[in-house]
Amino acid sequence: MLASMRILADLPLFPVAASEQAGSIDALYWFITAISILMTVIIFLGLGIFAWKYHNKRHPHATQIEGSTKLELTWSILPFLIMLIMFGWGADLYYKAQTPPKDAMEIFVTGKQWMWKIQYPDGTREINALHVPVGQPVKLTMASEDVIHSFSIPAFRVRHDVMPGHYNTLWFTATKPGHYHLFCTEYCGDQHAGMIGWVDVLEPREYANWASGGASQGSLAEQGQKLFEQNGCATCHLLDQQGRCPILRGLYNKPVQLADGRTVIADDAYIRESILDPNAKIVAGFQPNVMPNFKGQISEENVIQLIAYIKSLSPSTPASQQGSQQPPVVIAPKAGAAAKPGGAAQH
Amino acid sequence: MDAATLGMWTFLITEVLFFGGMFASYAVYRNMYLDAFASTSQYMNVVLGGTNTAVLICSSLTMVLAVRAAQLSNRRHLILFLILTMIFGVAFLVIKGFEYHAKWVEGLVPGLHWSGYTEHPEFAYHAQILFFLYFCMTGMHALHMVVGIGLLTFLLVQAYRRVFNANYFAPVEMIGLYWHFVDIVWIFLFPLLYLIGHRR
Amino acid sequence: MATLAQRSPEVEAEEVNYLNVEHGWKSWLLTTDHKRIAVLYIISITLMFFVGGLMAVLFRINLLVPEGLFSAETYNRLFSMHGIIMVFFFLVPSIPATLANFLIPIMVGAKDLAFPRINLLSWYLYIAGALLAIYAVVRGGVDTGWTFYAPFSTTYSNSYVLAAAFGVFTAGFSSILTGLNFIVTVHKMRAPGMTWSRLPLFVWSNYATGLIQVLGTPVLAITLLLLAFERIAHVGIFDPNIGGDPILFQHLFWFYSHPAVYIMILPGMGVISEIVSCFSRKRIFGYNFVAFSSMAIAVLSFVVWGHHMFITGESMYTGLAFSILSFMVAVPSAIKVFNWTATMYKGSVSFDTPMLYAFGFIGLFTIGGLTGLHLATLGTDIATHGTYFVVAHFHYVMVGGMVMAFMGGMHFWWPKITGRMYPEAWSKFAALIVFIGFNLTFFPQFILGYLGMPRRYHAYPPEFQALNVLSSAGASILGIGYVIPMVYFIWSLKNGPRAGKNPWGAAGLEWQIQSPPTTFNFDETPVVTEEAYNYGPLEEIVG
Repeated sequence: MLASMRILADLPLFPVAASEQAGSIDALYWFITAISILMTVIIFLGLGIFAWKYHNKRHPHATQIEGSTKLELTWSILPFLIMLIMFGWGADLYYKAQTPPKDAMEIFVTGKQWMWKIQYPDGTREINALHVPVGQPVKLTMASEDVIHSFSIPAFRVRHDVMPGHYNTLWFTATKPGHYHLFCTEYCGDQHAGMIGWVDVLEPREYANWASGGASQGSLAEQGQKLFEQNGCATCHLLDQQGRCPILRGLYNKPVQLADGRTVIADDAYIRESILDPNAKIVAGFQPNVMPNFKGQISEENVIQLIAYIKSLSPSTPASQQGSQQPPVVIAPKAGAAAKPGGAAQH
Repeated sequence: MDAATLGMWTFLITEVLFFGGMFASYAVYRNMYLDAFASTSQYMNVVLGGTNTAVLICSSLTMVLAVRAAQLSNRRHLILFLILTMIFGVAFLVIKGFEYHAKWVEGLVPGLHWSGYTEHPEFAYHAQILFFLYFCMTGMHALHMVVGIGLLTFLLVQAYRRVFNANYFAPVEMIGLYWHFVDIVWIFLFPLLYLIGHRR
Repeated sequence: MATLAQRSPEVEAEEVNYLNVEHGWKSWLLTTDHKRIAVLYIISITLMFFVGGLMAVLFRINLLVPEGLFSAETYNRLFSMHGIIMVFFFLVPSIPATLANFLIPIMVGAKDLAFPRINLLSWYLYIAGALLAIYAVVRGGVDTGWTFYAPFSTTYSNSYVLAAAFGVFTAGFSSILTGLNFIVTVHKMRAPGMTWSRLPLFVWSNYATGLIQVLGTPVLAITLLLLAFERIAHVGIFDPNIGGDPILFQHLFWFYSHPAVYIMILPGMGVISEIVSCFSRKRIFGYNFVAFSSMAIAVLSFVVWGHHMFITGESMYTGLAFSILSFMVAVPSAIKVFNWTATMYKGSVSFDTPMLYAFGFIGLFTIGGLTGLHLATLGTDIATHGTYFVVAHFHYVMVGGMVMAFMGGMHFWWPKITGRMYPEAWSKFAALIVFIGFNLTFFPQFILGYLGMPRRYHAYPPEFQALNVLSSAGASILGIGYVIPMVYFIWSLKNGPRAGKNPWGAAGLEWQIQSPPTTFNFDETPVVTEEAYNYGPLEEIVG
């Protein structure tokens, strides 16, 4: 009895709010809850009062009433107007949650049964743990190696599904140093409940201390460079003078014209696809079936490292220069190049 | 409209939704992988597919004539046209069988025997999706044909036993409606699976 | 508390009715009488309910301690099978296949449904599907969750996915045939004078449900087939390894499964209309609005499925569209709640057991429906998706709503179906136990959800334990609340006082015929001359 009373005293009722958006989401949540409580009270009161006042002992004769169109319209339109407020407010928060600021620190997350693999730009890696500084926008780019997972930090009120086959992002700005839960919230198999960890929010100085302790293998881009050389990418994409493949210097986040006429941006997803499914988008002027398909040979984590390397081949212009402000870069083969689709190039 | 007719139309609407799921999937992937999908049609046998289309259209004609015969209490013609419809139906399935066999031999069955996509190997990866849909859609259609032939057999037996006449031929009408529906599904399947991209 | 039940004089010799007109296995297993088929369904779905319920009790026991008591594999199979059985083998058929099957022909003044043999076929399909599901359970269960998401279900799960999927597929056809039967019956079999605007609201609700069953279930059928083919062939259309999209599975799945939740509530709403009207001695306030709200729910239910996918990465426009439409679908449900409450205004209210369940329904459905707003709102869905908040929301509407309505309806029409009355004191006690147990089980889950506890977890961080213990305690109470009616209903079959034609003094064609009814319901086709719920002449027409 005493033990249960102690448990009740420790009962958590409200989650801690540790990010900028947590406060906004909480405000909307409580607004909706307040309206819900109001509606519930109205209905319960209505039921209660009518049940008492028109109890058959007190009110033996029922008065037959057809209805009231005025009332029907009132209690349809008024609630709907209130719901429009919820809709608009929610849509605004949703849009903000999907729009990371340009200067967000990028961290990469790979979900796999049943762990979260975190990779930092400086090469540090962690499993089931994330360290971030206070007050700094952080953008997570996430992919799954197998089934659908979902990355969730309740204290920050962030959550996003993590898919196999393409990238998903979420972002936050932590506001309170602390030690917070991180959960997988899309059922993914036996140890779904084990796919949990901790997010540590550190003051900037502590974070700098922590960050300097890692990275013995070099930064993400340096690891990517090693892979780039090991897998023979350099042969065509850096050293080749025959124009068999698009040049990667200066490519990141620029528009690219494809053979079918479309123009796409060479962002993370595009680069990932070019490695794992090269024939999906062929650049204008080049041939299909030249680049080997690395699906199954290069893991999601390695793809992240390669992307970091390719990013490093671009001058560090702010990402605001992406998009249609520049003419599409048509990376055409040099004149006179014999661009032959090669059986030899294929694995 | 009597209850039986309303019931059959309601059932056919459920069939539209059933096939609709596959058509929706087709639409989604065709939009995503336009070139890959276009490249698949040269592996489709338009001659056999076209023949099957003609066969089915003829079978719908004979089915309508069967219903007409029942309306006119013409037992002989009813039996004749039911048999003709069944022959056409079986012919469709036989031709389909040849097609499937050819696909197997050529190695165009995703997952189970996929090695034959040699003309456009760069699309082989995504073409698997189209072929998966091909087998699912034509396979479900063929299953509905088999059921239809079974129903026609039932009608044939009833017709032989003189059950139908001008005052009572609802089952013939209802099963006729079903047969026409299965035909119409094919009319949509054929261009989408066989003809798109087939320029040469 | 005052009750309406009127004792009818003991009848010495039992009249001939649909139950005693014939005996023997064949007369039941080959029957085409909609009432007997309804009884067959009552027995089958009750069995499945207890199987699914037992699983719930087991996994709530597991959740008493943070590290879990059973293995993860066991837990995962328990919650998956619980969901599959409860959704597809209990809730979807529940009221339509039992109460509506029994009552719709009588309420429209017909001898039977439009297609009696198809009605029997639908029961056999249900049994076949249930046997497949039980087979899956016995062989070790499926662990994909009732949602079968790809690629886990197609490629990674080692459990009996195919058996479960085919079981659900088969039960789906049972559902389609039931809906088809209702639609044609309501269109074509109404007695002379029974116009659409004189139909009981229970008929309107089940007609709307039939529309959803007929249009939505086939999409589930093809989705499960595609999943099965992909699992068998090891290559398919949801497989990201060949460029397939797992999100396509989610779109196809939820295109049915969202309307399905309205299959799982509309019939309950119909029951509540009947009960509230009878136990207020009044016509339902705003009949037209309540009738059309059922149709509006049926139509709108098909355009909101994307709200299950707000955090999958769907585009902003998709999210906006589905969010606003989800708010729209809430309006007709709210209209019903207001109308039921308004019906009691100036009525003459009694508190027999069916009415207690109706009160429970209105209160708990209101809470459940309002928490749907948190989920329809894009911003807050981010914080609540995939957590216990969702679990609490849908249990409030499905258990606090539909199951309460089912219990209320069973109590209301039990005298008509069996000719016997159940013991009133026990029934009121059980209703109270259910209400208390239910709230204790599920209210803490709202709190757990917003705190962040994910769903489908066999083990959880220790700070969530207190709320989990409260919830599990509630579950055991709720279980007892469901067992008690089982006992007294069975007891009443032989020992309950016999009921007359109309123990509640209710309006409606079913109360004009004997209890239990004869096989063909009416001695002669009724001619309908008045509107539904005619408890007296109209006195007030509030404009």
